[in-house]
Amino acid sequence: MADLLFEAGLEEIPARMIAAAEAELTERVVELLRRERLLKEEHEIHSYSTPRRLAVQVNGVLARQPDARRETTGPAWSVAFKDGQPTAAAQAFARKAGVGVEALEKISTPKGEYVSANVLHRGREASEVLGDLLAAELAALYWPKTMYWRPLKPERFVRPVRWMVALLDHAILPVEFAGVRAANLTWGHRILHGDAPVTIDHPDDYLGLLEAAKVTADVKLRQHRIRKALDLETRSVPGGRWREDAALLETVTHLTEWPSVVLGNFDPEYLELPDEVLVTVMRDHQKYFAVENAAGKLEPYFLAVLNTHPEEMGIDVIRHGHERVLRARFSDARFFWRVDQKIPLEDRVEMLKSVTFHKELGSYWDKTQANLQIAEKLAGLLEERGTVVDRKALLKAVELAKTDLTTELVKEFTELQGIVGGLYARAQGLGERVAQAIYWQYSPAAVEDPIPPTVEGQVLGIVDRVQTIVAMFSIGLEPTGSKDPFALRRAANAIVKILAETGLPLVRSDLVTAVPAELSEETRTKLAAFFEERLVFWLRDLRGFAYDVVNAVVAVRSDNMRDAIARAEALTAVRGSEDLAAIAAAFKRIKNILRQAEEKGALRPGQETGAANPDLLTDPAERGLRAEAMKLAPVVEELRRRQEYRQALEKIATLRPHVDLFFDKVMVMVDDKATRDNRLALISEVLSAFSRIADFSELVQA
Amino acid sequence: MLAQPYDVEVGAGTMSPDTFLRVLGPDPIAIAYIQPSRRPADGRYGENPNRLYKHTQLQVILKPPPEDIQEIYLESLEAIGIRLREHDIKFEEDNWEWPVGGAWGVGWQVMLDGLEITQFTYFQQCGGMDLDPISGEITYGLERIAAFLQDVDSLYDVVWAVDPKTGRAVTYGDIRLEEELQLSVYNFEAADIGKLWEHLRLYEAECQALLDEFHRNFKAEKSAERHEKIHDRVVHDGTGTPADEDLRVALRRFPILAAYELCLKCSHLFNLLDARGAISVTERVAVMARIRNMVVGVAKAYAAQRQSGGGR
Repeated sequence: MADLLFEAGLEEIPARMIAAAEAELTERVVELLRRERLLKEEHEIHSYSTPRRLAVQVNGVLARQPDARRETTGPAWSVAFKDGQPTAAAQAFARKAGVGVEALEKISTPKGEYVSANVLHRGREASEVLGDLLAAELAALYWPKTMYWRPLKPERFVRPVRWMVALLDHAILPVEFAGVRAANLTWGHRILHGDAPVTIDHPDDYLGLLEAAKVTADVKLRQHRIRKALDLETRSVPGGRWREDAALLETVTHLTEWPSVVLGNFDPEYLELPDEVLVTVMRDHQKYFAVENAAGKLEPYFLAVLNTHPEEMGIDVIRHGHERVLRARFSDARFFWRVDQKIPLEDRVEMLKSVTFHKELGSYWDKTQANLQIAEKLAGLLEERGTVVDRKALLKAVELAKTDLTTELVKEFTELQGIVGGLYARAQGLGERVAQAIYWQYSPAAVEDPIPPTVEGQVLGIVDRVQTIVAMFSIGLEPTGSKDPFALRRAANAIVKILAETGLPLVRSDLVTAVPAELSEETRTKLAAFFEERLVFWLRDLRGFAYDVVNAVVAVRSDNMRDAIARAEALTAVRGSEDLAAIAAAFKRIKNILRQAEEKGALRPGQETGAANPDLLTDPAERGLRAEAMKLAPVVEELRRRQEYRQALEKIATLRPHVDLFFDKVMVMVDDKATRDNRLALISEVLSAFSRIADFSELVQA
Repeated sequence: MLAQPYDVEVGAGTMSPDTFLRVLGPDPIAIAYIQPSRRPADGRYGENPNRLYKHTQLQVILKPPPEDIQEIYLESLEAIGIRLREHDIKFEEDNWEWPVGGAWGVGWQVMLDGLEITQFTYFQQCGGMDLDPISGEITYGLERIAAFLQDVDSLYDVVWAVDPKTGRAVTYGDIRLEEELQLSVYNFEAADIGKLWEHLRLYEAECQALLDEFHRNFKAEKSAERHEKIHDRVVHDGTGTPADEDLRVALRRFPILAAYELCLKCSHLFNLLDARGAISVTERVAVMARIRNMVVGVAKAYAAQRQSGGGR
């Protein structure tokens, strides 16, 4: 048994790519060992990474592959042996298989009798196998963006590879990639350890030796140390705590090999800038953590994660440097804030004419005009349907929603679009409804984000997104497969979420027809399918409804998001009942009968069967079914209208004994045409009367 | 080799022919030069302590990049008095792209105590052509580094020189503040939009005429085969006929470098028009495409000229 260490040393890997690459390399190496039968039953896997290295250590590698015997089939027996004597073909096969001619056996196959040899495959040395194959696993890593660096461009990789360590216990494996030969030498921290290589004698020494060379290669440990250091530094701010930020913590972990933390402060007068701006500057531009008090209010401090442990004197120099940079950034932000106030948002609408929305669709001014038309229409519909909307505030918010794209602050901090507009609207006295709507327009960006808190904000969010979606579809830019460059799926998810969580009385067709765009029939169909697919995604993947429930619900109608959810909830609640399961089975049967009738020509495709004629119903079971259905249908319909779906479904379930009895006693496809047609009409009526909440035939029986 | 700044307006040190054209083709180079860069839209009337209309870069191009290029770079910081053990230094992903030049590369911004002091790029494409070998580009932001070294908050407070006799200091502001103010006024308010368009049109026409003539005479882009032939006859086959010799001379004399200067003029005028808010949505896309065509056309012609043994 042996231990394997494989490390690739690179110029700094982009932080955002490291975690995935570390995991993939580990998976590839372990899979290689498995494939080559070199992995012991009991083994330990460790993976490491820093900005300058990816490494895998596997303890429990076999020194050599086990030998294996395998049957190998040769030529046909009749070719290999003539008159009981081996022919040249038999001798050639035996030689190739490494056995004597006398060891050849006869086997029967479907194609006839063949010669077979039991061949011993000698296992190869692990060092030989890994020397041959490890480099290919490194080369195959997926990177979002790669580069060439060597003349004649022999390979692409994320950054130049500078060294490799490949050790099986004490032995160096002959691995070569990108002109680099593996050795037992690695490098420590760039500045603190310097140019001298670190010799690794055995894989087990790796972590310890790197630690001595000022590199913590274990990512979890490094992150833990950063957390501890953040805690420790924040202690000197009375009542302060650092603002938790998982993504930022992940980033700084992958930007450092030997992290420490320094606490800096800034002039409290900058606290007059909104938190959103201060935190964005600190987090996105400087990768600093913000410090807040117990009430969540920002304190004039920040925490920078360093990739060094400076000497006593150094720490003051570094703190001073970070403070100066942040001061300059804040002073920029304040400058932009002040400059932006000189042109109020209302005077910026015209400026949107020179901001491109899309080269075929025009500017953001054009988009704003379209948004205004949609908002007018939707506000009208909402008022008709009894929803209170501050129409004036809504239209003002829609008109000004994109104007912050012309501000210096958003040009500098694009991630603050919307938020800046909202803050400016408030500062310029445009009213809280307008400000809130603008502020929240891009939320939810991800499905877990909250929806806008005000109805005007919700409507603005819907208006802006539906305009984008329909306009893009109208010029053929719908998402295909994994390609969704304009994030239309995300936009539609947000619309579904807003409608689902608010209960705004709007359906899909309200939205699509409100958009001023010439749409072909084909595009309309595509849009309907697109929104339905998003609804299905929402119900299934985010709300966790069973797929057959979702299919049953969507098969009936899919344009009303909230209604679909209510129906899915009701159906989920009652689907376990035996009666409903029986109804589902019976409805499936009805569908089959109707389909077969169509196929046999007893019913023309799409033909309305018309109402059943009660005078032609002879069997008590069919009379009973009709009577019960006639009695039940209006009750169910009334419950459906009131959206009391659960009660409606429970009512439908009471039809079961009559349905069961019908199929027990009555034959539908009888020879007599009049009777047959009448029975087809009856079951068709039953099916359509009770399939308006869900298509039960979609349900899959447990 | 140390070179002089290029004396035509550029938006970045990369646009100097010492970078943009020299990275093309196989010849190794190791060149450094200081380059003032003008970005009209970045002007702040001298009021913002960290933003300049015109700033200064130290540009280094190494083709092919040596294996220890990062170590050499770090040594260069030590050389100007930054003791690395007393500072926090990080290489953070930052890729570079100049769409108008058909150019891009991958690399880092180098952060020194949270301050971006250098853009470090491995060029991959230029003029729409794959580079082989590639070049390593190191761009130092000189004003920022100076402010860092002198520990001042405003770029205008950087001490440029001290009179050895009187001890009187001359600051960056003393030298440049008026220029920042007046050029901001010109770029944002005073420049005559009609004339800027007219200048752009004239430079573009001149550049386009040169490119057309180049293609008429040498068909650099259209026929790779012919281009190979010229190359074979001229370079490998010393027995070129008099006609081939004439062609070689004509190709070598062709003023592609002048066409490139005209592109730079166009690019600067475009930036001025942009700062002036004079470019509409549709114009913007169209003008950028036209300049891109010229820049890429020049780069291809330059590469063809070099391959045939002409030019510098």
